[in-house]
Amino acid sequence: MTEEFDVAIVGSGPAGLTAAIYTARAALNPLVLEGEPSSTSDQPGGQLMMTTDVENYPGFPDGILGPELMANFRAQAVRFGAQIETVKVTKVDFSARPFKLWVGAETDGDPTYLANTVIVSTGAKALMLGLENEERLVGHGVSTCATCDGFFFRDQDIAVVGGGDSALEEAGFLTRFAKSVTIIVRRDELRASKIMQERARNNDKITFLWNTEVAEILGDEALTGVNVKNNVTGETSQLDITGLFVAIGHVPNTQLFEGQLAMKDNGYLITQSPSSRTSVEGVFACGDVQDDIYRQAITASGSGCTAAIDAERWLEAHHDGNSEH
Amino acid sequence: MSENVVTLTDATFDEVINGATGPVVVDFWADWCGPCKQIAPILDEIADEKEDVTIAKLDVDANSASSLRFQVRSIPTLIVFRDGEVDKRVQGAMPKDRLVAELGI
Repeated sequence: MTEEFDVAIVGSGPAGLTAAIYTARAALNPLVLEGEPSSTSDQPGGQLMMTTDVENYPGFPDGILGPELMANFRAQAVRFGAQIETVKVTKVDFSARPFKLWVGAETDGDPTYLANTVIVSTGAKALMLGLENEERLVGHGVSTCATCDGFFFRDQDIAVVGGGDSALEEAGFLTRFAKSVTIIVRRDELRASKIMQERARNNDKITFLWNTEVAEILGDEALTGVNVKNNVTGETSQLDITGLFVAIGHVPNTQLFEGQLAMKDNGYLITQSPSSRTSVEGVFACGDVQDDIYRQAITASGSGCTAAIDAERWLEAHHDGNSEH
Repeated sequence: MSENVVTLTDATFDEVINGATGPVVVDFWADWCGPCKQIAPILDEIADEKEDVTIAKLDVDANSASSLRFQVRSIPTLIVFRDGEVDKRVQGAMPKDRLVAELGI
């Protein structure tokens, strides 16, 4: 028989694990479907698994490593009895309660889990450029994880694409190893926060290429360079680099919920602010999957708490849960 | 870490690779790599389950010669050696069943 839970949490970044801590402490015995290992930011622990120092999460005056912070979140959820499964949800059915969730490739048969409430916290993952050669050269110069791969570019010339906080953070990190880091920015200004901009501009190893887009990725066995195009003058030139780090933004992990939960045009889930309620009663969303504005660990965490309390109250009001409350 | 996992260094690399009778899977990893941490427990499990396979770990931070020799530019990278020769190479973290299939062990 399919196991039934009061609360199923899909995703395990700061939002999902905060929701797990709160619902576990409320004795709701949450099930956390944390995702599967991968080398993109769509993995257990979420985007912080791909970062190094987290300096703006309150409570850590000296900063903390992203993976370490997430290991702490997870341990705290486990301590209060959250059941964590390292599986990826492949199908959901929110058309009737209890809600149905499937994991694994087989999605025709009985659902893997039933849940009276679902908290969606699947987050967002990094976008790639979508250019030819890009995927083939991942691991051979093209990287999706500066913290994983930066080490291998000691004394080499490399580039980062993007103008936001994550691009500048990656660039700053990479200067620990690289000889030079060129930041390729599409516009003539940066989206990044003032402090990140200042740090980057004061870093001797960093130079900016403004109004510039990557037109072509070059290399057979390994990356040898990129062709870049100035989008004002139309001029193209070749940049000889051995490493290319892409940080051009994120896309929410909402494919799973298409046709079932209301979304904005950009794919982010719609919640009824200030609550975490989605378009389906009993389904709540928190973290980056419903936030295209703030996207911080602490805001994700805060919204995870909101979702946990919303789910708890919803179960209380409906009295159709599994367990005694 | 499982006691069935062998810790490799630049100095012991060849000895372990050439001395094994079955396939040797070398995990090029580092402490600062999130995806490496994701697959560590999976490799522990494989080490405990498959007696014919040697699971070995090489910390790239402390053993740059081996990383350079096998042109590792992204971690985790897993290289399968059979009879001392490179047989397969797998990059990035992934679920256990897929990992086992890609490693061919």
